Amino acid sequence: MKISLVLNGKNVEALISDDRLLIDFLRDHGCLSVKRGCESSNCGLCTVFMDDKPVLSCSVLAARADGHRIDTLEGLQKEAEEFGAFIADQGAEQCGFCNPGMVMNAIAMFRENPDPTDDEIREYLAGNLCRCSGYEGQLRGIRAFIEYKKKGGAS
Amino acid sequence: MLKFREYVRAESLEDAYVRNQKKSAHILGGMLWLKMQNRTVQTVIDLSDLGLSGIEETEEEYRIGAMTSLRELELHKGLDAMTGGAVRESLRHIVGVQFRNLATVGGSIFGRFGFSDVLTMFLALDSWVELYHGGLVPMERFAAEGTENDILVRVIVKKEKRRYAYLSHRNTKTDFPVMACAVAVGEGWRSGEGERAAGRAVFGATPARARSYELPAEWLERFQGSGEEERKVLAAELASVVPTGSNIRAGKEFRSHLAGILLYRGLMEALYGGSGQAAGAGAPACLTEEKEGQRA
Repeated sequence: MKISLVLNGKNVEALISDDRLLIDFLRDHGCLSVKRGCESSNCGLCTVFMDDKPVLSCSVLAARADGHRIDTLEGLQKEAEEFGAFIADQGAEQCGFCNPGMVMNAIAMFRENPDPTDDEIREYLAGNLCRCSGYEGQLRGIRAFIEYKKKGGAS
Repeated sequence: MLKFREYVRAESLEDAYVRNQKKSAHILGGMLWLKMQNRTVQTVIDLSDLGLSGIEETEEEYRIGAMTSLRELELHKGLDAMTGGAVRESLRHIVGVQFRNLATVGGSIFGRFGFSDVLTMFLALDSWVELYHGGLVPMERFAAEGTENDILVRVIVKKEKRRYAYLSHRNTKTDFPVMACAVAVGEGWRSGEGERAAGRAVFGATPARARSYELPAEWLERFQGSGEEERKVLAAELASVVPTGSNIRAGKEFRSHLAGILLYRGLMEALYGGSGQAAGAGAPACLTEEKEGQRA
């Protein structure tokens, strides 16, 4: 079947098999930040935005993305770099495997709630598993980023 | 892993219904649980184009489209206010935001899953399932009987002035519940639920499918008039009728113990707005006020 969608701001048309998953479609189209982790919809590693909402690309059919806007980390470089620096400052990227999904979901959280409490951060990011269990470092990095943004982006 | 040959976006409910009469067809909800199943189907039918996503509010009810995401339900201010946060509490532990942006109300209810927080919560509400051919079916009946190949169009929640609580116990965050309990107290139960019903308790993840139990008015009055320890005993006695079982998450005995504790805490939260740990015996002011208001 043929689908057309807007991928990271660009119109994309493609022929796909009906049961192609979005994660495979995205990786086929060069979005290698989108990684396959648990494949049981639990780890958050494959998070992308569908019409600005974070979703698990391992659990969405590419066919369902037809007519929608999909954004991956490749399309959010500026936001990701700015936030990622704060994660790196805390050494919270550790092995780095969970980072693309965590950064995507954190960006979704900042857009929805620019000044979350610690509990709200923990709840929003509960679906992003870190196999290094680096959650405290991530929390420190997020707090530092929020403070930075509150000061107008000046460190 | 689910395999299928054909993906179809239904053009109408009739189109979806006709296609779904074939045994080799399957309706897609959020596809999260379906995807995990090791099966092959010929055709999957997507209802995404049928305008079934979203929550409408009328004077009497909330009308929740089958394709509404759990996240939309979680963030709905009207349902949150009506249930004192119980609906949100029942949803916020389900995996993560990304998961709940995909999981649908229709898929969660239609599956009648034993682990379902969603079904447990909806059974405590005055809720109905609207089937394309079967019409309106009370949630209790749908939970017990299901439907073979009808289409779940929407879930209706009647606006009732009741107080609700939702509690669950999990081995770890984002996991399925070991046991879940939803409590509703107040007036206006439908006939057939007992003339003197004053509430309902629903136990889910037992680990079987959620079932609801009537809270007789006399029992609830006794509960309210008792001290803390006696209330715990009363809750444990009432919950002892709940059939429980063992699975990988917990044993039968532990679940039966949890049932009483969750019922006690759920009642305390619904009646008094707290965990009840510090609540003493005697007539609670909030319930007395409501009773006086109802008499007036």
